[in-house]
Amino acid sequence: MDQFLQLLVAGLATGAIYALAAIGFTLVWQTSQTINFAQGEFVMLPAILALAARDLLHLPFWAAAMLATAVFLLLFGVGFKRFLVDPMLKHGVLPLAIATMALSILMKEGAKDGYSAQAAQFPSMVPEGTFSLLGAAVSLRDVAVFVVAIAAIVALQLFVTRTRLGRTMQATAQNPTVARILGVRVERMILLTFLINAGLAVFASYLISPIYLAKFSNGEVIGLSAFIAAIVGGFNQVRGALAGGFIVGLVDNLAAAYVSSGYRTAVPLGLLVVFILFKPEGLLGRREERTV
Amino acid sequence: MTRVLEVKGMRKYFGGIRAVDGVDFHVNKGEILGIIGPNGCGKSTLFNCILGQLTPTDGEVLLEGRPVTGLYPSELAKLGVSRTFQLLQVFPTLSVRENLILAGQEHRGTKLSRLFGRGDAGLTDAANRMIAFFELDHLADQKAGGLSYGQQKLLDAAMAFMAGPKLVLLDEPAGGVNPTMLAALKERLEAINREQGATFVVIEHNMDFVMSLCSRVVVMAEGRVLAQGTPAEVRADPAVVEAYLGH
Amino acid sequence: MIRRLDPNLVVIAIAAPLLWFIPVGFKAYGLYVVSLWLVMAIAAMGLNLTLGYAGLKSLAQAAFVGIGAYTTAILTKNHGVAWPVAFLVSGALSFGVGVVLGFPALRVKFHHLAFVTLAFAMFVFLVARNEEWLTGGVYGFSNIPRPVIFGLDLSRALPFYRFVLVVTVGLSLAMWWLLRSPWGRAFQALRENWMRAASLGVDIRTYTLLAFAIGSAWGGFAGALYAPLVEFIDPAPFAISASFVMLLTVVVGGSGFFLGPFVGAFLSFVLPELLRATGGWYLLVYASVVLILLVFSPTGILGLVERAREHVAQRRAAEMRAAARPMLEGSEAR
Ligand SMILES: Nc1ncnc2c1ncn2[C@@H]1O[C@H](COP(=O)(O)OP(=O)(O)O)[C@@H](O)[C@H]1O
Ligand SMILES: [Mg+2]
Repeated sequence: MDQFLQLLVAGLATGAIYALAAIGFTLVWQTSQTINFAQGEFVMLPAILALAARDLLHLPFWAAAMLATAVFLLLFGVGFKRFLVDPMLKHGVLPLAIATMALSILMKEGAKDGYSAQAAQFPSMVPEGTFSLLGAAVSLRDVAVFVVAIAAIVALQLFVTRTRLGRTMQATAQNPTVARILGVRVERMILLTFLINAGLAVFASYLISPIYLAKFSNGEVIGLSAFIAAIVGGFNQVRGALAGGFIVGLVDNLAAAYVSSGYRTAVPLGLLVVFILFKPEGLLGRREERTV
Repeated sequence: MTRVLEVKGMRKYFGGIRAVDGVDFHVNKGEILGIIGPNGCGKSTLFNCILGQLTPTDGEVLLEGRPVTGLYPSELAKLGVSRTFQLLQVFPTLSVRENLILAGQEHRGTKLSRLFGRGDAGLTDAANRMIAFFELDHLADQKAGGLSYGQQKLLDAAMAFMAGPKLVLLDEPAGGVNPTMLAALKERLEAINREQGATFVVIEHNMDFVMSLCSRVVVMAEGRVLAQGTPAEVRADPAVVEAYLGH
Repeated sequence: MIRRLDPNLVVIAIAAPLLWFIPVGFKAYGLYVVSLWLVMAIAAMGLNLTLGYAGLKSLAQAAFVGIGAYTTAILTKNHGVAWPVAFLVSGALSFGVGVVLGFPALRVKFHHLAFVTLAFAMFVFLVARNEEWLTGGVYGFSNIPRPVIFGLDLSRALPFYRFVLVVTVGLSLAMWWLLRSPWGRAFQALRENWMRAASLGVDIRTYTLLAFAIGSAWGGFAGALYAPLVEFIDPAPFAISASFVMLLTVVVGGSGFFLGPFVGAFLSFVLPELLRATGGWYLLVYASVVLILLVFSPTGILGLVERAREHVAQRRAAEMRAAARPMLEGSEAR
């Protein structure tokens, strides 16, 4: 029971991270049919950039982290859209998806060759330690990660539903054609979603790296989990991505403890396959009618 | 007279939309039957249900008296039923000749004999004849995607005839085709009907086309059959005039 | 009527003897790289059938290479089975697994299919890593024997390379035959418009499964050559990222072009080895090259070549028309 509670909290914490990545994934999918196979690397890289800036430029950590954030937003928010998505999108979904695969290799190898092949310590922004909850020793960090990630998602949700800009962005994401007719500057809105995606990735990166250490190969599992979360939750729904993230995080942690650590990754994947075959629109998604 | 096709009580609902709502009709051997009706009255959906592209909510399809409801489209094709779609459907990166060979190849021999046999499944001559018949000779080796809309429409129709079908369902074959092309198409359809005894069902908006080509016409409205009979009878029917021709 | 010879066949006929003799002076490492190129080209040829011709998005080709490699390693090393038998079993096993994996393709399309195959690839990787009793786990499988065939000892690099070449040519010809048969046409029809294809009698379910299974079998065949080539296998080369690279190989070479896999495999497997000499950055350079190439030409290198050829043909036609016009006008004036 104690262990279960610990796992539950840990699962919610990782789930919140996956949700951040999955929400970004869903946003760029909605606005520009980009299946970003580099999504995991998007979460891996900011932490590495921050460490590199600290070590190479001898900056204090907070300054390094801010510099890394700015560089990342520029390169993988604006640059990603401008130099990869825009030129490739007219050729269809597949070439673009494949290009993001190449990008994922590029980012991974760049982090490995440019910074380090080893896992590196990443300073934690929240205190270490445990506290007791119903008799179980629960990691303070897990709780903090969960709370911060949820706060970010709530803020995003408020932005999208309460502000004019956010609502316009949402409308554009759901139907770019109509938005364009209504006079929305669609290009800007799409750029905004790419920036939000990059921002969420930075957030996730700084939250998860203290737990799993910063390493070039971190993106594989995170990316896979984000896909699964997005599909299980419903490809075209932010709420779905959130729910999917938690489900994957919980399943992942519980599987590691109760199934076998060797096949830990296989359990969420099994969940994915079941969903794709039997409920392809996801938990909260809308079914898209086939037309002949 | 033998009935090539008989449709009984066909229904197809999309959620609350009753796209096809109880349709009965039949087609006699050698006949050219027209189906007309306003946009969105369920004509294409009816075709898709007959041909296995959609699963009907209810209803029965008989081909020469045998029930064929729910068969896969490819199985129906093998039984000698072919079709065209409302929207143009050719294979753009295959050449015109390859398109036609493809349209005939699955009716030749078995899968294994096709793998080990000739690359063209012995259909090059037949394809060339079809190309000549539709006067596409100069385009035979061009990619279908590069043809003009009217030429693609002709190719689309030609593909439906490659396997020598006994029944052909054409969904708006004249849609968007210029008058010259249209005359050419009509002439070809009549020739195939006369010489090979093929039976046709044609959905069409172009009234002149339907009235001069078809021996009998079914008028649909809101998923139901409003009237049927010879072109003259249909034209005189007050309900039809009210619902359709009146506009 | 003399039928024009297929240029792809001409290329094979010219390249095969050249490849037989060119690497004679190569050192063992050079021979290894050229052999690897051919082996990976076989795997890519299989994926080119599934993806390039039939249009089915598969992210599991490296997993099939893994299935073939482990099958061959286990059979030849642990059970003393002759290599040709192991080769056939590897292909047949991959074919069978490919059929099973093809079933989801009947239900789901597009990106969903890619994710199902991705899950499968991950699962194969996990089995290879975890089932030590079968695969040796992370420590892998060493001292995989190179075959002796018809009394020919292939343990040295040059004879083994030539053997790989012979198998490659054989599999290329088989693939060429398949693609120019009505099956190849049916696969393309599946890619371009499956609904129209079905209405013309193309049994899309069977052809979908076949496209998956045959493509996978080529992956298995490649694996059966890969194991004795490297003589040591562990799970790493069959991980998900390897399947990504396989897909990049096909697309960069030119998806749906018969010779695309050879071009792509050169870029993905030979270029990095050439760059290896220049330091540790070779994968980075490779990924950048691929990315720039894709942005520049999403249809790959052979797509670029074809576009150039069409462009030249059009210009020539325009020139001929221009040259013909004065003559026509002249004749009209009279
Ligand atoms: N796949 C589908 N899903 C939902 N509604 C559909 C679908 N296909 C057709 N419909 C609806 O069914 C009705 C009949 O359409 P259709 O058969 O295409 O008409 P027609 O061919 O007579 O113009 C229309 O109201 C259309 O919107
Ligand atoms: Mg219609």
